[in-house]
Amino acid sequence: MSRISEVFSKGKAFIPFITAGDPDLATTEELVPAMAEAGADLIELGIPFSDPIAEGIVIQEADMRALASGTTTDKLFETVKRIRKKTDVPLAFMTYINPVFVYGSERFFKNAADCGIDALIVPDMPFEERAELLPYCRKYGIELISLIAPTSRERIRTIASGSEGFIYCVSSMGVTGVRSEINTDIGEMISFVKEAKDIPCAIGFGISTKEQAREMSKHADGVIVGSAIVKIAAKYGKDCVEPVCDYVREMKSAISG
Amino acid sequence: MSKGKFGQHGGQFVPETLMNAVNELEEAYEKYSHDQEFLAELSDLHKKYTGRPSLLYYAERMTEDLGGAKIYLKREDLNHTGSHKINNALGQVLLAKKMGKTRVIAETGAGQHGVATATAAALMGMECEVFMGKEDTDRQALNVFRMELLGTKVHAVTSGTQTLKDAVNETMREWTNRVADTHYVLGSVMGPHPFPTIVRDFQSIIGKEVRSQLLEAEGKLPDMVIACVGGGSNAMGIFHEFVNEASVKLVGCEAAGHGIETGKHAATISTGSPGIFHGMKSYFCQDEYGQIAPVFSISAGLDYPGIGPEHAALHDSGRASYVSITDQESVEAFEYLSRLEGIIPAIESAHAVAYARKIAPSMGKDEVIVINLSGRGDKDVAAIARYKGVEIYE
Repeated sequence: MSRISEVFSKGKAFIPFITAGDPDLATTEELVPAMAEAGADLIELGIPFSDPIAEGIVIQEADMRALASGTTTDKLFETVKRIRKKTDVPLAFMTYINPVFVYGSERFFKNAADCGIDALIVPDMPFEERAELLPYCRKYGIELISLIAPTSRERIRTIASGSEGFIYCVSSMGVTGVRSEINTDIGEMISFVKEAKDIPCAIGFGISTKEQAREMSKHADGVIVGSAIVKIAAKYGKDCVEPVCDYVREMKSAISG
Repeated sequence: MSKGKFGQHGGQFVPETLMNAVNELEEAYEKYSHDQEFLAELSDLHKKYTGRPSLLYYAERMTEDLGGAKIYLKREDLNHTGSHKINNALGQVLLAKKMGKTRVIAETGAGQHGVATATAAALMGMECEVFMGKEDTDRQALNVFRMELLGTKVHAVTSGTQTLKDAVNETMREWTNRVADTHYVLGSVMGPHPFPTIVRDFQSIIGKEVRSQLLEAEGKLPDMVIACVGGGSNAMGIFHEFVNEASVKLVGCEAAGHGIETGKHAATISTGSPGIFHGMKSYFCQDEYGQIAPVFSISAGLDYPGIGPEHAALHDSGRASYVSITDQESVEAFEYLSRLEGIIPAIESAHAVAYARKIAPSMGKDEVIVINLSGRGDKDVAAIARYKGVEIYE
């Protein structure tokens, strides 16, 4: 069983997202093991990108802070290597396809595998284009996470059939960011997935409160929270480890009910 | 399976939320691009609303002055709204209407595509919102007010470099937010499939007219066709008709800004590398980690770090060549054409005029160059004055 599958075999998973290098990589290096300690079951590390078209303003600004602090893909690989000495929490990179493609897909996957990355999420690479990276995922044993959206409809079956690891269910239309309510019929979306394939489903986009997380975890196997955490990181900067971990603890306990 | 490939370029790299929208668009375009009624309606608009066919004008004084090839100007600047952008905007807004959409959104750089989309939306009774980089709303303030007059809401984009690239980012974000009733009228031969094909097809009327007009005037095809290239829609529009005519040289003019050597430019083919961004695989100005580079050009319409995938493929195959023209050269050409022919070109189109000034003297008098004069320069007058150190108010 892969580290990713194990995540979902122990109950509902809490999956925090942070932008790597926000405000700097030293903080990221401290934050990841601390979040794992606080109850994070899988951690998404965003590789900052100059033009993150699927992100709302909160994560856009985090990407700008991370790039301004000198974060590069190479420096991030080094940081993850050091993180891996402190924790074996499953780690997924979340990145746009250009930083992977331009770095050199083969070289990117080799280095990612070497430093202990388990999965990759690429929001601007839809199912039809995944041949661009899939061969390297297979070669280096990194799981390629598929996304489904409220607009996916009849595409869900195809996407689910070819999926691995878990499915990232996008809760709402639009970009990432905190939302006061989520109107998509998540239960239906997930039941469509499960009809096609027995694979864990984690929900992300717009989730920030314990109530939302609890509600979502009734339907899903995991809950992904990004912007709400990045907001805390933005507020506290280098001192964000403690407040972020407090939040992770609360959210984890909310879905563990 | 990846769709919409031009050689190794193109594709459909968009978030899952948009996949059904681009697939529906592809189906609708497949249907209507063969629908006689749709084509007749569009053709009628071209004729009675835009004022097509646009003139193919023999620039006699310019020809004499340069002393080489005969120079013709394809006068897209004479179209309603003042540029070639209306060809695509009318096509796409009409298509959106047939698809049952009630709202269109668009990005704009110089404002020409924004104005064209706002115009088509007003004509067809569609709601319209345009996204424009904050820097561009400042340097093209008149076009902002023009769009507002046409009933369009203009959003000044303050993220990133606050120019065309960021306007595209923000329009894509808005599309993922509201896709059911909304069509994204992409303004150039770029983005995810099917946009590069749709925009090329709607613009290809330029090259078709040039063929028949020049056959009538000179009894031959052009020896060289020159057009400016940002994303590349006016260039694809005039190139497409001649891609399979090996005798016709195709030249695209990129913006070299302050000069290639200064790093402050938007010359994607000259200096860029392969990447995947804004829905497509193509060439981009970027760093070794795939971070998109800030670009510079006096022309807001060419101030873009990428190029359409079909141009990337034409470059790879060597079928078209791409040269770069500095701000200084384009401003000189802007003034040159104004004084010599009494035609004030858009600063974008002036990049093509600048290359013709360089190459025409080395060509024979029996040879013919066609320059795509993609837009008129009224919008640029204040910016050119500022470039020359004159403070005037629009």
